[in-house]
Amino acid sequence: MRKFYTLLSREVSSYFYSPIAYIVLVFFLFVSGADFYFQISFMNQRPVQYSVQEAFFNSVFFWFAFVLIFPLITMRLFAEEFKLGTIEPLMTAPVRDWQVVLAKFFGAVFFYLVLWVPTILYFLIFQYITGQTAAGSSGAYWGSYLMLLLLGMFYVSVGCFASVLTRNQIIAAVISFCAITMHFFSGLITFILTEVSSTTRQLLGYFSALEQMGTLSRGEIDTRPIVLYLSLTIVMLGLTYQAFQSRKWRL
Amino acid sequence: MIKVENLTKKYAGQTAIRDLNFEVGQGEIMGFLGPNGAGKTTTMRILASFMPPTSGRASIAGFDIFEQSLQARAHLGYMPENVPLYNDMRVTEYLNYRAALKSIPHRRMSERVGDVKELCGLREVENKLIRALSKGFRQRVGLADALLHEPDLLILDEPTIGLDPNQIRQVRELIKNLGKQHTILLSTHILPEVEMTCSRVIIINKGRIEACDTPENLLGRIRTAGGVTLEARVGTDDAVAELKGITGVRDVSEADDNDWKILSLRVESGADVRPEVFRLARDRRWEVRELTARRATLEDVFVEITHSDEG
Repeated sequence: MRKFYTLLSREVSSYFYSPIAYIVLVFFLFVSGADFYFQISFMNQRPVQYSVQEAFFNSVFFWFAFVLIFPLITMRLFAEEFKLGTIEPLMTAPVRDWQVVLAKFFGAVFFYLVLWVPTILYFLIFQYITGQTAAGSSGAYWGSYLMLLLLGMFYVSVGCFASVLTRNQIIAAVISFCAITMHFFSGLITFILTEVSSTTRQLLGYFSALEQMGTLSRGEIDTRPIVLYLSLTIVMLGLTYQAFQSRKWRL
Repeated sequence: MIKVENLTKKYAGQTAIRDLNFEVGQGEIMGFLGPNGAGKTTTMRILASFMPPTSGRASIAGFDIFEQSLQARAHLGYMPENVPLYNDMRVTEYLNYRAALKSIPHRRMSERVGDVKELCGLREVENKLIRALSKGFRQRVGLADALLHEPDLLILDEPTIGLDPNQIRQVRELIKNLGKQHTILLSTHILPEVEMTCSRVIIINKGRIEACDTPENLLGRIRTAGGVTLEARVGTDDAVAELKGITGVRDVSEADDNDWKILSLRVESGADVRPEVFRLARDRRWEVRELTARRATLEDVFVEITHSDEG
């Protein structure tokens, strides 16, 4: 456990040693801040059926920023170690492969969560200034942040897998970006293909992050996305572990 | 300490090492010599359990490197070629991180890290970023890392590559001292270094072991076991023929340097023909400016063994 903790703290601190962390932080702060601002000014113009919090988590701005950050925070995880050769001292120390994979995964998830901390402040400030709550219920906060955690874990695990496949960070970023956008926009097909049968629409709807976010951000905690994303994350981490171990295969 | 049996490694159809067999005993300093691409790094990486062999077995301190990899790694300090390090960490920070990975207990950590910094002369750079270190210091950080957990065995891949002569001398001294408590397997290109530090030498070429012996025995074994160089003005004498007449001389080659002749004598191993050569020169009234015995070096052994199939 101590080894895992050592690896994890190295992963987390390495984010803050590199300029990428600060670029991502600033970019994300800017986009999420702009998103919050525009949503509120839009709501000021006419009466709407949803809360500030729902609007914030379901806007285009928000998702645009969302899919972009994963390639940025995961591309270097393994690729950089392969490139610099630091994988050699790492893997010849008495550590297990799965400890390294999990440390890298949770390190990235931790950094991802740090990105979200300021958004909690938005709602607190809103409440402080207007004297009104930003959400319909406290469950809506829990639901939204739970969805962000679940989807974030899945996308980080996709990024881990992309990074373990190559020693080139750019290639890792492109692979994970393509995979993540493909998954993400598969949910949009339901909006485009209005003609398709209802079963297809329903099936795609199960995988649609947008629809799931819609549900959870209203405060309806549905267990289906929880099971879906946790199991997808485990599958992706399993693949990452296998790919990472492949150098040990006796071919 | 190390036991290697029929170790073979193939990469994509190419054989990097073929049927290696050797043992390194407790307390030995084993030198690993070979031209580039001979399979030195591959062998060391396998021993450090960075990658598995295609076939064959190897064990470190009695632990199979594949089946009991974690225990084997715990007994091993490995310094990879070119010493890859995290550039964004500071020296002490890096060593603390490595110490924790190697399960050094908390209460002993600062003591061990302090010890290796002292031993490797890292005190003056302990708070520097690794990216700012010179090649020599990076090398020492790698060595300090390998020593942290007081391993029984050190595997050092080219520990002196890229260092200046002073640094090489320091590292050589360090290795000699370490050899008193540790078993060491080191690879290098610098042959005098092996002669000075190693108790045994393996010469590897094209993935096979060509020789494995003490430096002295290797020197005794080779055909060009040394020689004598004579530089003299010999006038019109046929110096080559006359020198060949001396017992113990196998062959003579000559070269001209203005009106001086540079005569290189190859002699049988163990024979010292210098007094005979001097007597001959005195009798023929040759004017001599140099008479030296050239001791065979491992370089000769190395060249002879690794080139034997080309020449």
